[in-house]
Amino acid sequence: MEHTSTAERILRGIAIGAVVLFFIFPIFWILLMSFQTNETILRNPPSIAFVPTISNYVALLTGRLETAAGTLDISFMQNLKNSVILSVSSVAVALLLGVPAAYAFARHRFRGSEDIAFTLLSFRFAPPLLIVLPLALYFQDVGLADTYIGLIWVYQLICLPLILWIVRGYFEDIPADVEYAYRIAGHSWFATFRKIALPLAGPGIAAAGLLAFIFAWNNFVFALVLGSADKQPVTVGALAFVTASGIQFGQIAAAIVLSIAPTLALAIYAQRYLVEGLSLGAVKG
Amino acid sequence: MAATAEMDSLARRRSRIGTRALPYLLSLPALLVCIGVLIPFFTAVYYSLQRYRLSQPWAREMNWGETYWQLLTDPSFWNTLQVSLSYTVLTVGLQLVLGLGIALLLQKRTRLNNFVSILLLLPLMTAPALAALMWKLMTDPNFGILSYFVSLIGIEDFRWASSPDTALLTVVLVDTWVYTPFIMILLLAGLRSLPRQPFEAAALDGVPRSFVFLRITLPMLTPYILTAALFRLLESIQQFDIIYAMTQGGPGDTLMVFQVEAYLNFFQSTNVGRSAALLLILWAITFAISNLFIKNWLRLRERTHEEV
Repeated sequence: MEHTSTAERILRGIAIGAVVLFFIFPIFWILLMSFQTNETILRNPPSIAFVPTISNYVALLTGRLETAAGTLDISFMQNLKNSVILSVSSVAVALLLGVPAAYAFARHRFRGSEDIAFTLLSFRFAPPLLIVLPLALYFQDVGLADTYIGLIWVYQLICLPLILWIVRGYFEDIPADVEYAYRIAGHSWFATFRKIALPLAGPGIAAAGLLAFIFAWNNFVFALVLGSADKQPVTVGALAFVTASGIQFGQIAAAIVLSIAPTLALAIYAQRYLVEGLSLGAVKG
Repeated sequence: MAATAEMDSLARRRSRIGTRALPYLLSLPALLVCIGVLIPFFTAVYYSLQRYRLSQPWAREMNWGETYWQLLTDPSFWNTLQVSLSYTVLTVGLQLVLGLGIALLLQKRTRLNNFVSILLLLPLMTAPALAALMWKLMTDPNFGILSYFVSLIGIEDFRWASSPDTALLTVVLVDTWVYTPFIMILLLAGLRSLPRQPFEAAALDGVPRSFVFLRITLPMLTPYILTAALFRLLESIQQFDIIYAMTQGGPGDTLMVFQVEAYLNFFQSTNVGRSAALLLILWAITFAISNLFIKNWLRLRERTHEEV
């Protein structure tokens, strides 16, 4: 039905090409840099013809960097490990606590429930430093400063509300009659939750968990304020690495690639869930 | 017989109490997070009403609103407000236009369009702090590829984030790179959920496409645009990661947005009181916007739920 002229099709193609170029080129270029030595990076004019080397990755993995000035120890692998520990355990805790809570919010109107939900939602948009800076002083007093437990606790500030709000919407979409029928058949509350509600809300829980993982992985400010070098994740570690290693551009690029690879891989693997989660259940269709 | 009946009713009563307490029990973690947020919040309010420097604990005392008064008469505060607002308006404006354009471009469900929209997820999944580092590498004066491109079109010595004239532009560019896909995804979902009849009718009547866009597409898409814009406004006015990773607020005070200023006040000049006051002013601004946002979002949510 729609008539598209050749000229329009060509314009459209050019526009899409420009969009892809703008959004993908930085990732592509940093990836190329990570396989180059400093000499090829510093060539002028720059060129994409070079002999690839994995020396940057080897230096990061072994934690030893040979420079003209001597050997430099890099703790980047520790940062990567911290990122995994912090994100995985934060999401696990948030799912364990958040999914039942979301169910309670969706199924029971009880006193204060709307207040709790609204407080959580409105502080979702509060400046993170407003909460974290006073916490930093408290944490020093109670000895939680610079511990994994303290950090995972603070990560709940982003993970739990996210899971609560997305999963709650999915639970609300399940007709209450289905659950009621199952309970009439003599099954306990817990069995109903486990056998009926959980599987039906499964996609929502997956989307929320995935999104919470990415938010936790990409978080910068919590660990910047509350963690010291040996507890910091890649986001903070990479910045420190830039300052420490100065001119080792190849290694910096390789560190960035290793740091963004997990979330990018997840994004491609589970893009459908992601899109659903990102639109916050607002535009489910 | 009587004993079993009694036990039966006892068990029933207990289970009823159990069911009533259950929602409270389940939502306990949510309540704890609430408390975990509210305690630091009120602590910050308390700090903001004090003269409180970590380096001068002996001089700590209540000064009530004086910190706020000092802020309002301090030109650096007005600079912070102005930089934050410019950053917000520029990023959100640019991203809305780009995001809407790309969403319209990818509206049809073809294989190519789906592939491109998946590709565009990648910048959004990149940690903003790391995205800033990527762009830092690309804008390096010695080997940065973007510096090279710019020199090709005849602009020598373009200094990106290290020059006060172009620093804002550079961070706005990074922010746009990361967050435009967010707006695109939301608007694309919105576009694809619009009913078809009005468009088919307009096509039959031979209505010009600019008219269709302005009078049908845009009005119907408005709730989605509003949700996306408010969401981005809230994040943009609080931006910390990109600016801190790029220049730490510099050069000079060119990029001293609220949270960067508050962070440096806390850790460099250890002025806890001033830092808390700054953050509370930012909080008041975001609270106003977020109320708008939440209302709008809940309405949109309700509507889509009704349609389903």
